[in-house]
Amino acid sequence: MKKLLLATALTAISASAAFAAGHGTTIRMGTEGAYPPYNFLNDAGEVDGFERELGDELCARAELTCEWVTNEWDSIIPNLVSGNYDTIIAGMSITDERDEVIDFTQNYTQPDPSAFLAMSDSVDLEGGVIAAQTGTIQASFIASTGATLLEFATPDETIAAVRNGEVDAVLADKGFLEPFDAENADLMFVGDDVLLGGGIGMGIRESDPELKAKFDAAIQSMKDDGTLNALIEKWLPGSATF
Amino acid sequence: MFSYCTDPSTLSGLTWLSCYLTTGKHIAFYASFGTVMLLLAITAPAALTFGFLGAMAARSHIAPLRWIGKIYTAMVRGIPDIAFFLFVPIALDQGLEYLRHRWKCPDWGEAVRQGNDFVVCAEAKLPLSTAPQWVHEGYGFTLAVLAFAFVFGAFAANVLYGAMQAVPKAQIETAAAYGMTQRQSFWRILVPQMWVYALPGLSNLWQILVKATPLLFLLGIEDIVYWARELGGSKTARFSDYPHGDWRMWYFLGLLVFYLLLTWLSEKGFSRLMTRLSHGQATMAGEAQRKAAA
Amino acid sequence: MSCTETIQDYALRSIGFGERLLPRSDFTLCEQFVLIGSGLIWNVYFGAFALIFGFFLATAVALGKASPNAALRKPAEWFIFVFRGSPLFIQFFLAYFFFIQLKALSSFFDPFTSAWLGALVVLFLNTSAYAGEIFYGALRSVPKGDLEAADAYGLSGWTKFRRVTWPTMLRLAWPSYTNEAIFLFHATTLVFFAGFPAFQQRGDALYYAQYFADKTFNPFIPYPIVAFYFILLTLSVIAVFGTINRRLNRHLVAVDRPKLRVRPNLLR
Repeated sequence: MKKLLLATALTAISASAAFAAGHGTTIRMGTEGAYPPYNFLNDAGEVDGFERELGDELCARAELTCEWVTNEWDSIIPNLVSGNYDTIIAGMSITDERDEVIDFTQNYTQPDPSAFLAMSDSVDLEGGVIAAQTGTIQASFIASTGATLLEFATPDETIAAVRNGEVDAVLADKGFLEPFDAENADLMFVGDDVLLGGGIGMGIRESDPELKAKFDAAIQSMKDDGTLNALIEKWLPGSATF
Repeated sequence: MFSYCTDPSTLSGLTWLSCYLTTGKHIAFYASFGTVMLLLAITAPAALTFGFLGAMAARSHIAPLRWIGKIYTAMVRGIPDIAFFLFVPIALDQGLEYLRHRWKCPDWGEAVRQGNDFVVCAEAKLPLSTAPQWVHEGYGFTLAVLAFAFVFGAFAANVLYGAMQAVPKAQIETAAAYGMTQRQSFWRILVPQMWVYALPGLSNLWQILVKATPLLFLLGIEDIVYWARELGGSKTARFSDYPHGDWRMWYFLGLLVFYLLLTWLSEKGFSRLMTRLSHGQATMAGEAQRKAAA
Repeated sequence: MSCTETIQDYALRSIGFGERLLPRSDFTLCEQFVLIGSGLIWNVYFGAFALIFGFFLATAVALGKASPNAALRKPAEWFIFVFRGSPLFIQFFLAYFFFIQLKALSSFFDPFTSAWLGALVVLFLNTSAYAGEIFYGALRSVPKGDLEAADAYGLSGWTKFRRVTWPTMLRLAWPSYTNEAIFLFHATTLVFFAGFPAFQQRGDALYYAQYFADKTFNPFIPYPIVAFYFILLTLSVIAVFGTINRRLNRHLVAVDRPKLRVRPNLLR
């Protein structure tokens, strides 16, 4: 089942064609493709978004050829561990629980607040029904509060559930919810933001320290010359920069 | 795709729709119908092979072989098919990797199963992590096909076993009287005649197989259900040139129509095949044809 | 944690009693057995109620399809065609979206987007279509002699249907109907994989099995447990239907009694 690679519509895209010829290592980048603006499939069916641009740049700096693969969120860690791809770059927050299973590079976003999005500002966030994506830090957070957790497999479904009244609110990364809040009159942020996790990093197998070092160096160099901040401002307006 | 599609926000009505329906994502959606048909085209003969072997085993004179055959055919009655679909690919994958591990890395010191992890050496990975993308896709698809063939092979074994039993005993006895060996009478008398008895069951099975194809989605293949969900989900203007609300219902209605057409066409096809197969057979339908011609 | 405690915590977890958080690490065999067994409650619930309600609709559909009146026959034929001709998986998805639309119209439809009612409705309609086709086939095979005998006794209309046609139809249809029942129970495993969300992680047997398989990355324990439970369930279904079968055929001499032959000729 989930062990299977999740096939992908993507073509291999070398980070930079000029570089590609020079070195042979191909790194498979696993992402979800359903979490805009971090990662999503654009109209052409290719992975797009903040992490696509970031990932391509990182690969160019680390002199690696990268190939993008999409995988369902709920099995994204097992498939990394079993070697179906080499990194997870899917808006994954660094947590202790995940760190036990895989390694993370240094974070490439600041800890991003999670927020509640709802149809009205009078919803009960303590005792109501709150949607979250299965296996996210937000889902574990709600499970530990008094609210009733309703889990959905994709981020898209959590929004749909708010719209159709299935749930009172959804808890997700603010960067993901922000466009929905901005573009829809009927959806609004409610309650206080919650700070969860330690920022987003790339997940890498524990047995792969060399790759981790390469990406760590690349992320550091992007932090140093300000290109990372430019990307954050482009894709995640309102998020903290480095 | 079309030249006027460069700025979809200025379009409306049918022109908008014509652009919308020809985005790269939609092309991938249409292509995934090909994936489904390919799965059907490969699985049907594969399942028939599994079924034939299963039915032969169930009729075998060697007791252990017969037991295996019987258990295989009985299994699908007790256990939901979807449990197999979830189980077989992952078990097969781990099984193959384990065998390769034993063969390629005999000096490996650590245990293969460490707590929750299944660890084999890098050379034993299937496919190798350095393999190109199409190999990974092909491997996943192959495992899915095997899972389908395994389950439907058990159904087919049931049907074929029944069909073999249904061939009139006198035919086999006559063959024996002509001095044919068991093997000869099996291949020359039993197998050619059993198809007409097997066809109703096989046609039923085909319909079941068609209706099981959306489960590919659960095996992680990007099939029509995956794309229908992806395309139907609401899109905001920031990340798509074609923003729209939640259209999943319409996409799934489309899938419904596709499946209704497919099952309806198959039914027509099988009833024609039955007419042809019944020709000259010692069955009611064959007799009716003879009378009609006379 | 001892196994007794696990049973106390998780035996009724699927319907919302006991420990709220699912086990997260160091999964024991006992936990897997108990939790998957707990999920089986939903499979039994969906299967049993869909069968009971479906039985009546199936009879009506069969009569409709056999009716000479096109106004009755056509809807019955289309009902059977749509539900038998398309995958149950797609039906679940569509029904979920459909119920959401209905919900906007009236609050009466609120519970329909939950699995306990929405999925039950889909399974109910689905089994009605399959069983309707079986009953229709049986209805057409009711021996002419039986009906003539009924006429000769002066039975007609409702009395004739209730005392002759219907019991004979059931008797003929029963072996196939048993298969339908078995595969309906199997089909209940699809509920939480298609559209309907799991509320507070309350799911069926396969939902929990997949939970364990994803967490432990070891398919060799949870799936065989599901298989074990379903074999038990199938055997119980066969036992119950066999008892009814004997009752339906109690007037026949032993050799004439049709044996229940369970063959997988119906699946979605």
